[in-house]
Amino acid sequence: MPTVWIPSLAQRSTGAPEKVYIPQGSLRQIIRNLEELHPGLWNEIMDQDEDRIKPELAVAIDGETNHFGLIQQIEETSEIHFIPAISGGS
Amino acid sequence: MTSTSSKKNKYSVIGTSPIRHDALGRVTGKAKYGVDLRLTGMLFGKTLRSPHAHARIIKIDTSKAEAHPGVRAVITTKDMPIVKDEVADFGETMANYRLLAELCLANDKVLYKGHAVAVVAADNIHIAEEALSLIEVEYEVLPSVLTVQESMKEGAPLLHEQLTTRAVAARFTRGTDTGVQSNVASRILIEGGDVEAAFATSDVVVEREFNTKMVHQGYIEPHNETAFWAPDGHLTIWTSTQGAFGVRTQISKTLGLSESHVKVVPMEVGGGFGGKIRSYMGPTAALLSKKTGRPVKIVMNRKEVFESSGPTSGSNMRAKIGATKDGKITAAQVYLAYEAGAYPGSPVGAGASTCLSPYNLQNFSIEGLDVVVNKPQVSAYRAPGSPAAALAVETVIDEVAEKLGMDPIDFRLKNATKEGDRQVSGVVFPRIGCVEVEEAIKNSDHYNSPLEGKNKGRGTAMGWWFNGGNASTAMVTVNSDGTVGLVTGSVDLAGTRTALSMQVAEVLGITPEEIYPSVGDTDSIGWTGPSGGSRTTFSTGIAAIQATNIIIDEMKKRAALLWETQPEDISFVNSTFISSKNSNDKFSFKELAGKLMGTGGPLSASSTSNPTQVGSAFGGHICDVEVDTDTGKVTVLRYTALQDVGQAAHKAYCESQVQGGAVQGIGWALNEEYYYTNDGTMANSTFLDYRMPTALDLPMIDTILVEVPSPGHPFGIRGVGEVPIVPPLAAVANAIADAIGVRLTELPMNPASILAALKNKK
Amino acid sequence: MTDKIHVKTNLNGDNVDFLCEARQSLLEVLRDGLDMTGTKEGCNDGNCGACTVFLDGRIVDSCLVLAVEVEGKSVSTIEGVADVDKLHPVQQAFLENAALQCGICTPGFIMAAKALLEKEPDADEGRIRLWLAGNLCRCTGYDKIIRAVQSAGKDMQNI
Repeated sequence: MPTVWIPSLAQRSTGAPEKVYIPQGSLRQIIRNLEELHPGLWNEIMDQDEDRIKPELAVAIDGETNHFGLIQQIEETSEIHFIPAISGGS
Repeated sequence: MTSTSSKKNKYSVIGTSPIRHDALGRVTGKAKYGVDLRLTGMLFGKTLRSPHAHARIIKIDTSKAEAHPGVRAVITTKDMPIVKDEVADFGETMANYRLLAELCLANDKVLYKGHAVAVVAADNIHIAEEALSLIEVEYEVLPSVLTVQESMKEGAPLLHEQLTTRAVAARFTRGTDTGVQSNVASRILIEGGDVEAAFATSDVVVEREFNTKMVHQGYIEPHNETAFWAPDGHLTIWTSTQGAFGVRTQISKTLGLSESHVKVVPMEVGGGFGGKIRSYMGPTAALLSKKTGRPVKIVMNRKEVFESSGPTSGSNMRAKIGATKDGKITAAQVYLAYEAGAYPGSPVGAGASTCLSPYNLQNFSIEGLDVVVNKPQVSAYRAPGSPAAALAVETVIDEVAEKLGMDPIDFRLKNATKEGDRQVSGVVFPRIGCVEVEEAIKNSDHYNSPLEGKNKGRGTAMGWWFNGGNASTAMVTVNSDGTVGLVTGSVDLAGTRTALSMQVAEVLGITPEEIYPSVGDTDSIGWTGPSGGSRTTFSTGIAAIQATNIIIDEMKKRAALLWETQPEDISFVNSTFISSKNSNDKFSFKELAGKLMGTGGPLSASSTSNPTQVGSAFGGHICDVEVDTDTGKVTVLRYTALQDVGQAAHKAYCESQVQGGAVQGIGWALNEEYYYTNDGTMANSTFLDYRMPTALDLPMIDTILVEVPSPGHPFGIRGVGEVPIVPPLAAVANAIADAIGVRLTELPMNPASILAALKNKK
Repeated sequence: MTDKIHVKTNLNGDNVDFLCEARQSLLEVLRDGLDMTGTKEGCNDGNCGACTVFLDGRIVDSCLVLAVEVEGKSVSTIEGVADVDKLHPVQQAFLENAALQCGICTPGFIMAAKALLEKEPDADEGRIRLWLAGNLCRCTGYDKIIRAVQSAGKDMQNI
């Protein structure tokens, strides 16, 4: 089953553990399932006004940046991390 | 003296150091930077800026200025369209466009000394300056806060009445609202394991508190924008920017224009380092142009660059690290409170995510706070957030090693991150070179050279930063004489035109001199992310390679036509197309290029990259200093910067990036700071008193390029630009500690603070 | 409209004249009046050296020289350094040693280095660093600039 790593503050506010195992599916389905298991996680992850993940969060799937947003299909053995999106200079 | 620790170079072009295509223009003064632009009928703009760190604007009277001879237009916030409170992706920095609009021109409040209040366009710069003194502004001065500690105190004056602390690290944006009203815009927490239990089992625990000051990127060329609002509503902006497309989005959203009606032409840039990603005067120059019907150019002077563009955060930090006597780190706890400036958006999230990366840890807790203060809004500065956090961690690591009686590099090696270990965010490290860099330090001539004499010391430090991904577009064209044109959307800050050409040349088996690279504007090339975030040679390189591969596939089809066979029978090796069906059927790339017109027409191909396997890189620095205990002056005697570059693309320019970043870090460590008086004035906003390193302050900066290829790029290239500024703050601090036996925990470590530390030691 | 002053001077070997206001610096007139934008403005108060030019054979910060002061004198800028078909050894050395990144400080450094090497082509590292302390560079850390100047010095000794 795909593994979702829950950000620390979301763990504290929803009581979710560090890692949650969710059946395979699209990223959107997975986040919905997370909400059912640990109510409050949807608001931690999703933008309140628009149908997308909070812009300040980047989603890494198996260490790679995700460009397909919520429609991305997650593989059986994948890991999902929500990390603060970060800017760079030169 | 520089060296690369790889053995033989496996590529023909990659890894060499050809002369830059655009260097000739720069050494003859012909290259055109944004500041150099002249257009017929052009007016000169100048910005009136707040003299107060925090005030409400009661009234602005521009009538006298408007009546002044030679003044063509004056604008204030009433001329700015109200921008939707929208958060969107702004290149690699997220932005709330309403707040960005307020940064360009204050709304009802000024939040820092230097905040823009009104802008004038006049026939020449002198008349514009005269006009500023004729604008009358009535302020209600409010109390201000200038440090994170002041800003977080109970009862501190609030910068934004509507700001409540968001519980996810965010810039200009929403997180989960805690409902707590304060100047703390957001809080981030990254935890793993159980730090309390782990500290309890440690033989050595060191905890230190640090304070660093705001510092500026220090580019020599000031911010500049020239705007022309044509009668048909089409707006053109010429500017020195790191990313034309981000500026186009910012300006179109700020002014309510469609993106196709805004063209941004990137000029050559005189230094960016992250500070030239956002536009400060584009919207106001555009509005002045609309009002006057003429091009308007606005250039910041040096004082404005310091006081009104975006430096990086000052900070208050704590780091606590524990270890057992066999040299294993048990736990690490880090607290970072970063100045955001006037609006939310410090790089505290990046600092939190990067500072512990050189160490494989199970027990860690990192807390970060984004705190608004009455200072200019911070902007990205080369690995934003990371150098300060690395100062805290790497000096405490050094102190733990010292208490354990271990060599600081051996201590690091014992805990070093390897492929398969997890970052604090949980993401697994792919192939990375932490161990390789640390071993290169141990084997280096510098590290093995004795350092003798009183008040001399050696310090080392590691650092980590990831490479940017983000999308880039490249277009490759084949000329009939076998030369190649390459257009990308990547602004060339320091030689990327050539580093990109080299990748195309390597794939095609030609020389970089046979390629002519140029930078497109927002109308002439597809969307490309900003040149920053250590992404250009990496991501735009991938786009260029992809486009080149499309060209090769097309040319195989042409060869197949000529040889009356199938494209699958054609291979491309050593710059030659060969048919597997007939060994006599061969064309060099050049020969086949000459036949394109006759086999279907000219060839060009465009491709967009959006890499997912984005790499990261480690750097490690060694610094020798001598401290004059009478004057407090620190002389850097010797400096070696080591870095995993994956695979050096342009070798000399890789070295250059490492050297440049290291020296910015040395300046940050020893001398640079925003010196504030109690009323919120930056007292040292000139190059005389904002003391950046000169040639006289430094030795040669030796570099060692370690090459652990990145799996995310066809040639293994890693981004190199930002990592080198991460280790130097701690490397210098550790060297000073070794020299005088005192650990300084406040930056800058200037003569006054060295003398004070020596005095307190007794 | 402010009264303008008529100034006659020698610029890169040519006799030229221009009109300027009394308050305009040589830097401003070069860039805005004469379209010679190779000389750069970094600070406008004599602290960065980006505006370095030769005035009667000595290097000066042109932001600290009033345009009217060059009446009857000779001025050399970066635009006059190269021959029509050949770069000056200092320029060539900057190219070959990758001694520039953004290049905004480069014209100033080339003028300053030229001034030094014309008198002391064998200047050592310490002398070069002292001479160039008035030119700020933020990109390179100075390492490759020093090497380029040393290399140009060697070339100029062989001429």
